[in-house]
Amino acid sequence: MSALLAQVEIRDRSEDTCVSDNGFCPEWIADNFDRYVDPFFQHVLLTVVAVAIGFAIASTLAVVAYRRRWLINPVTQVTGALYTIPSIAAFFLLLPITGRGFVTAIVALVSYVLLIIFRNVLTGLDNVPEETKDAGRGMGLTDRQLLWRVELPLALPEVMAGLRIAVTTTVGLATLAFFAGAGGLGERIFEDIVFKSNVVVAGGLAVVLAAVLDAAILLVQRAITPWTRAVAAR
Amino acid sequence: MNDFVDAIEFIFNEHESPAGGAQVGGLSNMWELTWEHLELSLVAMLIACALSIPLGLWLGHIGKGGFLAINASNVGRAVPSLALIAFFVAYIGVGFTNLALALVLLAIPPILTNTYTGVRQVDRDAVDSARGMGMTGAQIVRRVELPLALPLIFGGIRISAVNVVATATIAPLAGVVTLGDPIINVNTYGDEGRLAAAIVVALLAVATEVVLGAVQRAVTPRGLKLEGGGRWRRLAFALPNNRREAPT
Repeated sequence: MSALLAQVEIRDRSEDTCVSDNGFCPEWIADNFDRYVDPFFQHVLLTVVAVAIGFAIASTLAVVAYRRRWLINPVTQVTGALYTIPSIAAFFLLLPITGRGFVTAIVALVSYVLLIIFRNVLTGLDNVPEETKDAGRGMGLTDRQLLWRVELPLALPEVMAGLRIAVTTTVGLATLAFFAGAGGLGERIFEDIVFKSNVVVAGGLAVVLAAVLDAAILLVQRAITPWTRAVAAR
Repeated sequence: MNDFVDAIEFIFNEHESPAGGAQVGGLSNMWELTWEHLELSLVAMLIACALSIPLGLWLGHIGKGGFLAINASNVGRAVPSLALIAFFVAYIGVGFTNLALALVLLAIPPILTNTYTGVRQVDRDAVDSARGMGMTGAQIVRRVELPLALPLIFGGIRISAVNVVATATIAPLAGVVTLGDPIINVNTYGDEGRLAAAIVVALLAVATEVVLGAVQRAVTPRGLKLEGGGRWRRLAFALPNNRREAPT
């Protein structure tokens, strides 16, 4: 334990009693806030890249499985297994294969969000009313046109809900990405876990980041699905 | 691939610690760590269930507090588990009890949300006919709403349990020696010890998921399996189904 807690010294304890008592010190925070800026942006990058790649893979799989139903079970089982493996274990399982760093962290984070996005896109597509699709076919749309002009737009609420879950979860898991050598806010938390000021700022930034990204996706959803608002207003 | 061979060898045979002195690795050492891991997870899960299932049943029964029950999950997801544990270490202190408490907080939201949703999803006609048969509120909860909500409740327990097992890996930060110890104190256990611990943690999480998934299927009332079983499972955030339904 003592070896564990004797972590990197990130402050000078001698002068300020609040700091030497590991307290919550607004002055220290104001003076040292810049040390959290880089980890914060690393965290943003990890989250956005992982969710973007995960979204590209999982939504493609969902669209393919929507037409070829037999794919649903195998894809669910594989992504389900990836989802179940704790990301902290995944980081170390990948280490001998991909080495330390950003790539390892991204692979582990992507593997975690696949199931969430796959399932939500598929649910969204499945929930498109049969009559609407019939109307589209009646207008002479091909399968491809039907997918892009009718089915995918109508699936957007579920798709976006999946993205919101994926983003908030990834922000949380990215706090462990420093185990893979990819930095992020978790590295700051880990450096001095008994110092209240440090824990509150680094942990708080992670929570704020999750909330902001969540709200951003919600706003995008509102903007690209105006018809859902019209229904709600009625 | 050699790294994996070394790691598996570490699980079965004792080694001298790279830091010198103590022996690490081997089945008895791994079992000791696994047992502590399981004990911590189990205590946290039992307390979380004891708190959130009755609360969820009650809120679902009276049909109030939906905002709280639904949003508990959203808020819970936004708080990183490392931040939660760090907060406990900095403000409350290290040790088994404090850490179990942190894991309880982590485990409550999915169970609470799923229990509430499970009760609200129960067919109102079933509740009305139970009431018409003269059942009291408590009897309706125990004999109608609870059994019909069980698949979803277990879905929530499953999500929480896997999450708790995963998070118990960082327990050594709070002074509890779980399977995370070789991961965090790599100097004592060496690289192969760390990889060995990662393998065991992954297996433990998968085993938790598989066992609780089987329990979830076993407690699903037969009527729900026959018709609309897929709908229940989908709400449990588990498997999607192949049936097409109108949007709800």
